[in-house]
Amino acid sequence: MSVRVYVPSDSTALSLGADDIARGLGEIDLDIEIIRNGSRGLCWLEPLLEIDSPEGRLGFANVTAKELSTLFSDGVPGSAHPRCLGLTEELPYLKQQRRLTSARIGLMKPCSLDDYRAQGGFTGLTKALEMSCEEIVACVTDSGLRGRGGAAFPTGIKWQTVLSAEGDKKYIVCNADEGDSGTYVDRLIMECDPYTLIEGIIIASLAVNADEGYIYCRAEYPLALERLQQAIELATDAGYLKHFKLQVRKAAGAYICGEETSLLESLEGKRGQVRFRPPLPAIEGLFGKPTVVNNVISLASIPGILAGGAASYQAYGSGRSRGTLTVQLAGNIKRGGLVEVPFGLSLRQLLEDFGGGTASGRPIKAVQAGGPLGAYIPPALFDTPLDYEAFKAIGAMVGHGGLVVFDDSADLGQMARFAMEFCAVESCGKCTPCRIGSVRGVEVIDRIHQGEQVEENRILLRDLCQTMIDGSLCALGGMAPFPVLSVMEHFPDEL
Amino acid sequence: MAALNIEQIALDIASPLAEEPGALLPILHALQEHFAYIPTEVVPGVAQLLNLSRAEVHGVISFYDWFQAEPSGASTLYICRAESCQAMGSAAVEAAAKQHLGIDYHQTSDDGRITLQPIYCLGNCACSPAVMLDEKLYSRVSAESLVAMLDNLPERES
Repeated sequence: MSVRVYVPSDSTALSLGADDIARGLGEIDLDIEIIRNGSRGLCWLEPLLEIDSPEGRLGFANVTAKELSTLFSDGVPGSAHPRCLGLTEELPYLKQQRRLTSARIGLMKPCSLDDYRAQGGFTGLTKALEMSCEEIVACVTDSGLRGRGGAAFPTGIKWQTVLSAEGDKKYIVCNADEGDSGTYVDRLIMECDPYTLIEGIIIASLAVNADEGYIYCRAEYPLALERLQQAIELATDAGYLKHFKLQVRKAAGAYICGEETSLLESLEGKRGQVRFRPPLPAIEGLFGKPTVVNNVISLASIPGILAGGAASYQAYGSGRSRGTLTVQLAGNIKRGGLVEVPFGLSLRQLLEDFGGGTASGRPIKAVQAGGPLGAYIPPALFDTPLDYEAFKAIGAMVGHGGLVVFDDSADLGQMARFAMEFCAVESCGKCTPCRIGSVRGVEVIDRIHQGEQVEENRILLRDLCQTMIDGSLCALGGMAPFPVLSVMEHFPDEL
Repeated sequence: MAALNIEQIALDIASPLAEEPGALLPILHALQEHFAYIPTEVVPGVAQLLNLSRAEVHGVISFYDWFQAEPSGASTLYICRAESCQAMGSAAVEAAAKQHLGIDYHQTSDDGRITLQPIYCLGNCACSPAVMLDEKLYSRVSAESLVAMLDNLPERES
């Protein structure tokens, strides 16, 4: 009987030579079956080759095509091979996680419906089909799920608003415009387990009586776009999308389109400029119709919540942050990858126990949480628990769960400048505090760095930041000051 | 004659998509895939097809970084400028690319082979710094590995 060898196929593994490995394996004269799975999200081990054994799947990390002939010189390598990490499932990094939303990534061929069903896929949908709209919404509300895109708004309440809204047509829109630096879990789900997202969207459509939907996915993710397209076609052929028309729309490189009203404008074929609120998208969204706009991870969490019940999801977490968060370790980190854990772990546990400190081996200077609009957090605050409210209390945000680590060689004064520069590049231009404020922010920071009237300019910078926070139309201008202010507060020598 | 041709080809590409709700972005993507940029000549035709003004179509093209109004090089090198890559030394990668190619961002090398573009996050943040050459992603890029990559580019018709 042939031995199964798993060669991951997400963008990270491919960028590190996974296709060459698959080709090389094909030339080896042994009875092996090559499976192109997704990725476990243990990014620092990629390409992570896995080989079936009676005990389970054995892991071989950072494999190169060149070493295949040595690796397979005595037949298919087993657990005794010096390069073997042991069972992948037993790796502490994976074993200590609580994977609910990301439970299936890396286990199977991403677009195989058979694999998806064999891994428990569509259990949530089967349950939802026997429930009323109100019961589905109640289940999501009771689970405590909050929007994982960053805003943390209760998903069930959003769905209830759309369900209650009058409308001859309603839409589900999936926000897959994952633009925050340090985040890549949306990509992992779309590339490695697209049916979980599609199932979540179908359940959402049942809950609010929507008959059409879009996944708005970044142009920077060509593989995710391709896999989503393929998965939708296969799901349609298999009859899962009979009452719901689902399409993928390719975004066009504007960070602001991750903001939900800009995203809707973009889907309507317009410049991605932020809308005034009210009306809420849940009342007047896409093409003026009631619309659920949810992030990939919010929607991908739904099948598990329906399958396991609200109570089991709700049982995880801390305070008002329920369930699990798909944390992404990024930047200067030794063991970068996806860490799905219940809320409540401390930043230190994530960065040290999981992450193993910096890749450079130098001390951590700061971590930026929640993307380019998030604060730089100093080590003194690393005991802060992963919790929306606890992060807010220290002037930071959980956001989409990205943690970007910087070692002590980082110039955080320059990073503060970059926050303003980024805001200037990506501003949609609709409101003045964001459009002009960000440009002036760069200039004021430059003057401080050049030693010009430092104290006066620091006062001016704080004042400018406050104006942007108070006066911007959306989170881009309204939050770009947070990284700046955090550097001023925690690293006063640098700004 | 050539201009007429471009306009006709553009209409052939755009027309089947025109009935889609919010058709402009899918149409622009399709045009860019065909022409490798969005020629100015196609704007009036697309505007008429969608019952928009030329200014509206132009406004959408210029809003989105992904849409190129000028011809690009045979390949486009996207260098991630976002925080995660900066934390791993992407500034040196940027500098090496600019120096080696003798161009700045948004410019094309003299031989027409490479256009250099900044990009804000490729979603490969556990293996920073990242760059993307056309649609191929690279991890843990250094100044040296980037220069080697550029030197070993396969010859391509532009």
